[in-house]
Amino acid sequence: MIDEIRQILRDHGRLPVNVDELAPQDDLYRAGMTSHASVNVMLALEDHFDIEFPDRMLTRGVFESMSSIAAAVSELKSESVAQ
Amino acid sequence: MSVYVDRDQAFLTRVRRVADEVAAANADSVDREARFPQETIDALREIRALSAALPDEFGGEEVSFAAVAAACTELGKRCGSSAMVFAMHQIKVITLARHLEGAPWFGGYLERVASEQRLVASVTSEIGTGGDMGRSVAALGIPEQGISTFEKQAPTVSYGAHAQDFFITLRRSPEAEPGDQVVALGLEHQVSLEPTGTWDTLGMRGTCSPGFVVRGAIAPEQCLQMPFATVMAESIVPVTHILWAHLWLGIATDAFDRARAFVREAARRSPGETPPSAIRLSHLMSELSLLRAEVASALEQFVRADASGDRSELSTMASVLRFNNVKIAASTQAAVVCQGALALCGIVGYKNDTPYSVGRHLRDSLSASLMIANERIHNTNAGLLLIAKDV
Repeated sequence: MIDEIRQILRDHGRLPVNVDELAPQDDLYRAGMTSHASVNVMLALEDHFDIEFPDRMLTRGVFESMSSIAAAVSELKSESVAQ
Repeated sequence: MSVYVDRDQAFLTRVRRVADEVAAANADSVDREARFPQETIDALREIRALSAALPDEFGGEEVSFAAVAAACTELGKRCGSSAMVFAMHQIKVITLARHLEGAPWFGGYLERVASEQRLVASVTSEIGTGGDMGRSVAALGIPEQGISTFEKQAPTVSYGAHAQDFFITLRRSPEAEPGDQVVALGLEHQVSLEPTGTWDTLGMRGTCSPGFVVRGAIAPEQCLQMPFATVMAESIVPVTHILWAHLWLGIATDAFDRARAFVREAARRSPGETPPSAIRLSHLMSELSLLRAEVASALEQFVRADASGDRSELSTMASVLRFNNVKIAASTQAAVVCQGALALCGIVGYKNDTPYSVGRHLRDSLSASLMIANERIHNTNAGLLLIAKDV
């Protein structure tokens, strides 16, 4: 899943650094992701994984790193399977 | 509980007295001469209002956030500039108290704010960031012998020449990205301000906010550990917007009260008839009520979210939108009320030397939509609305 997230960041994150060089735990905001770009990343994630982030997840902490995004996506995927 | 209520009421009584006796008496000369409201700030120091919001452990008065907000309204009724200086200072002090995370340097600093009633100014805006507080150009230098230097081009520093200390946003290090910021607190003797402009403005003339090149040398412990982005979302944005909205409400309320006095005077001259201006006053009352309701509901939501103990609730998109909207709505509506008061009073409102003068109110209120431009906030909200669910 990290690879898919990495591709979305490459397309929508508008990061000033090379996304391929970021580790899953690296802070994306510290790497230069703006709040404006993060909205586009969220939209792309919703589209790609066919999920909707509820408001409680739309916080900075959730989109801070590729691994935190992966955790949130997994949580939502498992919820949708459970239903 | 009642101890806190009594404390709030006693504080507000003292603030009201300063507003009525000192701020009101000097408001016209502060405005005319574009001078800092020194008498009012000194009077606020005497009643220990500069540490009003600080917890008891730092020697503060520990009044509630709602009482600080109400104090902004009281001061705003009598002198918009004094209220703005008070509000800006409170925003910084409240933010430091909320985010110091037990850091001893900041604890000691807040004790000094209380014991010496030090005034804190804000160096958050910067040339080259397009008005975006969430990005910095200036960076904190690599520490040499425990001291880091910085230099920041600030387009405005409110009451910069009159403050003791400075709340400064900087990039964390020379290599950090523009959004990777920290809050640094520079003391009077560590910071120098070189003026780069003047402050001859339409309104809010007493805030004395020209541009400065701000240079300083500070120790690493003078930076908050928490990233500025978190500090901004959990404290600066909601606290700023709510306190500003309260002081704009104060300005609009006094403009309304002057219009009301004008209508009453007209009614006295023709007993038994309702003057036509009374109908217009009723319309104006509706506009003021909208402003009051928006300001009160934003305060209530902030206090409720904060009391829940989970500050991350304040960084949800719904919260960001909510507290952005109070700024947009209150800044627009305050000017609507002031302009309505002017239209109602006519020439005696337009003149600067009558009991019904509202020129200063209108001019002060027009700054509201420019302080963090409403269009910039709309731009942020537009992005958030694409993704937020429950708004």
